[in-house]
Amino acid sequence: MTPSQIANEAAALSDRAALLAEQARQLAEQAAPMAAAANPFLMLLAIFLMACFVGYYVVWGVTPALHSPLMGLTNAISSVIVVGAILATGLSDSIAAKVFGFLAVTLAAVNIAGGFMVTRRMLAMFKKKGG
Amino acid sequence: MADTLSTLAYLVASVLFILALRGLSHPETSRQGNLFGMIGMAIAIAATLLKPGMSAGGIVLVIAGLAIGGAIGTVVAQRIQMTALPQLVAAFHSLVGMAAVFVAAAAFYAPESFGIGVPGNIKAASLIEMSLGLAIGAITFSGSVIAFLKLAGRMSGAPIIFNGQHKLNAALGVLLLVLIIAFVATGSPLLFWLIAILSFALGFLLIIPIGGADMPVVVSMLNSYSGWAAAGIGFTIGNLLLIVTGALVGASGAILSYIMCKGMNRSIINVLLGGFGSDSGAAAAGGGAADRAPVKAGSPEDAAYIMKNAQKIIVVPGYGMAVAQAQQVVREMADLLKKEGAEVSYAIHPVAGRMPGHMNVLLAEANVPYDEVHELEEINPEFAEADVAYVIGANDVTNPAAKTDKSSAIYGMPILDVERAKTVFFVKRGMASGYAGVENELFFRPNTMMLFGDAKKVTQEIVQALQR
Repeated sequence: MTPSQIANEAAALSDRAALLAEQARQLAEQAAPMAAAANPFLMLLAIFLMACFVGYYVVWGVTPALHSPLMGLTNAISSVIVVGAILATGLSDSIAAKVFGFLAVTLAAVNIAGGFMVTRRMLAMFKKKGG
Repeated sequence: MADTLSTLAYLVASVLFILALRGLSHPETSRQGNLFGMIGMAIAIAATLLKPGMSAGGIVLVIAGLAIGGAIGTVVAQRIQMTALPQLVAAFHSLVGMAAVFVAAAAFYAPESFGIGVPGNIKAASLIEMSLGLAIGAITFSGSVIAFLKLAGRMSGAPIIFNGQHKLNAALGVLLLVLIIAFVATGSPLLFWLIAILSFALGFLLIIPIGGADMPVVVSMLNSYSGWAAAGIGFTIGNLLLIVTGALVGASGAILSYIMCKGMNRSIINVLLGGFGSDSGAAAAGGGAADRAPVKAGSPEDAAYIMKNAQKIIVVPGYGMAVAQAQQVVREMADLLKKEGAEVSYAIHPVAGRMPGHMNVLLAEANVPYDEVHELEEINPEFAEADVAYVIGANDVTNPAAKTDKSSAIYGMPILDVERAKTVFFVKRGMASGYAGVENELFFRPNTMMLFGDAKKVTQEIVQALQR
């Protein structure tokens, strides 16, 4: 192998390396949006949209006779906001956050107990013929 | 409990909530559904309390709050009368709204607890989510308080309308948007509380022009809002369970609002702009009655005699039955008629009562089996074969003008075809029109007999006549 051949081959190799680097860069560009999918907000947004669809189909399946208990039940479960209130009360050192958290826990608890209880009372009344 | 474990627990709770709603597809599975909901909530609360970093003092405070609130809720739920259910639900919605406001405030003053920044320097995205949760929560609160006052009769159900109302609301809406943008840019506590105050005012102003009988739509809509508020808070604090549940509740309330609007053939915008039925209906009815054939009024004895000889009787209950607390005596009447060999069923219009499904609950309370109670599409073909339609406390939902009179305010609204029955009894206090302010031409038909008086008293007298 002559020095000029070696030089030529080295040049060819470096060209291919440059080409590969360019391809890698393009791939990385394409992958960027996928990395964004791991962004917590987008994940939560996706979950939110899926849950909207699930809610839509499940609620259309509810018999109209039970629309009042449905309101009672959704009212009770929407008080799951208590989770945020508990975190604020238990995790923070700020007095303001503790006070607001405690108030929110109490209000949500009225709703949780009241909502489930009143729904149970309603549902207990629905009886079949001869039942 | 480590973060992965608590997230898993939240997932389990989300699935249980979905199963809870699924259970309501049939009365048989509904009680189990409610149980799923309770278990889901218990898991959510336990998983949160067991998170690492919870201070002992905080846990004590939380348990105290749960105990106080739980006790109040239990007592209220056990004492409430079923006729007062709509206002109870409105009151509960207001609590969710207020809780959302408080949680937003807690997140604002202690953002480090939720990993969204430090006081005075919160991530912009979190500020957007926080202000949305705050605004929707506050609107839900004050709107629900007005709905509660109207439903409980502590405030007139009549629409409150003034000049430039819609312009004022639109202007306040724009102002709210400006405040939110400024809040996100600066993170100022003053702006936080201004958003809260403006949203309270907006919730109040949005609901006052809406009339009493449109409350089923309002209650459903506020149900939806309480869900969106929870979802907004869920985004703020990055919690999956709040987001899923908020979406479920939001979707549920939105669907119920849609069903109610369809039941009246009105758009949600039309309902929300308010003022419906505010023209004095009584005057219109009086004027029209003069050039009509006279109405035929009967006594409870006449009604008892006709019903005794009837084979098929359909009862059509409306809000008037709830007001008169007549559901129990209606069921007694039905029992006596069944003994005479008649077939008795009940027809429920989607917007009967003051909340979705209100009539079904009242009839169930009076021990009417749910398989005798039918929805509009199901029972409408049967009126043609019925000997008697017994309309108690309902009016607009039976008015045939909805099918024929294009100029009528209720044109296009689906109605119960009571006019096809051989005899129609209308139990009513007087000749006044219904909520829509439209005269019911059915009163003047030859096959209609009016039974004037209080719904409960008239039905009681029929029961006495049947027993004789």
